[in-house]
Amino acid sequence: MNGIMLSTKALSAGYGKKVIVEGVEINAEQGKILTLIGPNGAGKSTVLKTICRQLRPLGGAVYIGKEKLDDLSGNQLARSVSVLLTGRVKAEYMRCIDVVETGRYPYTGRLGVLSDKDREKVREALRLVDAEDIAECDFDRISDGQRQRIMLAGAICREPDILILDEPTTFLDIKYKLELMNILKKLASERHIAVIMSLHELELAQRVSDTIICIKGNGIYRTGTPKEIFSGSCIEELYGVEKGSFCKAYGSPELGRLNSAPEVFIIGGGGSAVALYRSLRCNGIAFAAGIIHENDIEYPVAAALASKLVSEQAFEPVSDEKYEEALQLMRSCGNAVCTIESFGTMNEKCRQLMLEAEKMGILRGIESYE
Amino acid sequence: MMKAQRQRIILGYILLLVMLVLLAVINICAGSADISVHRMINALQHPESDKAAYNIITGLRLPRTAAAVILGGALSVSGFLLQNFFANPIAGPYILGISSGAKLMVALLMVFSLSRGFAVNSFGMVTVAFIGSMISMGIILLISGKVKRMSVLIVCGVMIGYICSAVTELVVNFSDDSNIVNLHNWSMGSFSGIGKGDVLTSAAIVFPACILAFMLSKPMNAYQLGEEYAVNSGVHIKAFRASLILLSSVLSACVTAFAGPVSFVGVAVPHIIKSGFGTAKPIRILPACFLGGAVFCLLCDLITRTLFAPTELSISTVTAVFGAPVVIYMLLHKERRG
Repeated sequence: MNGIMLSTKALSAGYGKKVIVEGVEINAEQGKILTLIGPNGAGKSTVLKTICRQLRPLGGAVYIGKEKLDDLSGNQLARSVSVLLTGRVKAEYMRCIDVVETGRYPYTGRLGVLSDKDREKVREALRLVDAEDIAECDFDRISDGQRQRIMLAGAICREPDILILDEPTTFLDIKYKLELMNILKKLASERHIAVIMSLHELELAQRVSDTIICIKGNGIYRTGTPKEIFSGSCIEELYGVEKGSFCKAYGSPELGRLNSAPEVFIIGGGGSAVALYRSLRCNGIAFAAGIIHENDIEYPVAAALASKLVSEQAFEPVSDEKYEEALQLMRSCGNAVCTIESFGTMNEKCRQLMLEAEKMGILRGIESYE
Repeated sequence: MMKAQRQRIILGYILLLVMLVLLAVINICAGSADISVHRMINALQHPESDKAAYNIITGLRLPRTAAAVILGGALSVSGFLLQNFFANPIAGPYILGISSGAKLMVALLMVFSLSRGFAVNSFGMVTVAFIGSMISMGIILLISGKVKRMSVLIVCGVMIGYICSAVTELVVNFSDDSNIVNLHNWSMGSFSGIGKGDVLTSAAIVFPACILAFMLSKPMNAYQLGEEYAVNSGVHIKAFRASLILLSSVLSACVTAFAGPVSFVGVAVPHIIKSGFGTAKPIRILPACFLGGAVFCLLCDLITRTLFAPTELSISTVTAVFGAPVVIYMLLHKERRG
């Protein structure tokens, strides 16, 4: 059991007597980030609330280190587990530093007066989240992103072994999201904290996690490394969306292809047509695309969105059969757009395709579809 | 704690203490029989030389002044506890109908004891008032479990207050005893007629309760960041919530038993203290809330006695004039800030 900070055995979690998830097995390791993903209402928050004793387990057990969760005193638990739950915190007449100082709660005496050591920890935490400049500000008058950082500083200055965060990115814009992820990585690697969180953003989960747990229905659907989870059709099945509508390489969703006959043929490659594919799909125009190599950067998007796609094996020049297939398809579409600006040996056939389209008089400018 | 705030807090405490002493002296000296400060000191040092002044001071004005200090402080602290409990700056014992519940029970006991011809001691009064305030508090807690909007809770509290007051009026009007005049005065709220014994009883209840409340300032601080935050900090939430409820009810019941319902002190004073001190940390401002409530009630009691002397106003009339605008300001402020 080396380095396991928090584990659950056949845990059932829910509200009142109603079980929402059961058979939950979590092993959170020291210095690792464990992320829960899954559809809304699947019970991610319920699990998190149960492992930090906000809710009573409805079955099974939670262990902090080797101790059973129920056997810990409130103070012991507060020292080893810090929690950042969703929901806005309102605090009247509190400065940010007051809020962070409250984080030292389990270390202070009867009246909660801070020692010099406590103050040092508070300053350190503020520095870590880069919020020293707002320490004196009114907590009610800072932005959501800043507020989240202050709450995080409060959780950090408690010096926990385990940090639990419930959708910490909810109120954050992209910049703060990235900053938060960097801070969490730092906490895990430098302070050897076991981080357990739930995330909505799959692309973040993919990049930051060491282990991902998928929660669906009434239990754990799958557990694995990001690589294992983001391969095959696991994500589509987890969220119950159409196959192909999730791009594993980017960790991002696509709308999915239209099934009507394509109206336009896109001669693309090298990422030049990605924006066009998305805008066509967005406007409800069905299209075909080709000839894209399977290792091309825009292949995943084209595969997800094009009604018909002509593709070639990676690192091979375009074959004559593929060229013929693309030409037929282009002819039946009756319109063509070429987004490639420079051609090379591998996509020489694409240039021929473009010239052919020009000859047929069906080559349109890109602007007519934007 | 940064320097600026520390200075602000120290200054605040000095100001409150100076005002407390000053107002206490004025309250003792001013009245239908004016006594100069010099005469007061003299009378207290040599009771034999100025029997009249000595009797007025020790028999009437000193108990009344002490009552205003103790009960005013108790009300303010009670309000502060309730505001923390409900996470709502507008909560207070009067506005949530808790004082009125106590008032109703005390009125019932008074009428019952008068008709049966037995006297109830001050401790009995406090006990009954406590039962009444706990009943009102129970209803408020039931409502607060159902509605999350704070303004709805406040309106419900005000309505409970009206119902209790109406029943009290009914009881008072239907009981035909000459003593009922006293009861009527009391039901409007007044610091007059509080004897030495009552003051000692209330001190014996209020001071320990306030000290206990002060001991709760650490969990209260965590609770200010939300119930979940407090749980994660290791607060025994059920015991903590129960103690907040009990302490605030005991404090407001004690006030109601001796002085009747006193309006708005519990809301206005903690608010003024919080914004004046620029912090809501219980450990820093709970004693200030007590002092502030004492100063506020001393001032209001002085006005009730001197403004239209020899006619006396009820204390709630005066506290409402000062307190209600503060509450209105807070409501508007809250709406604007969302």
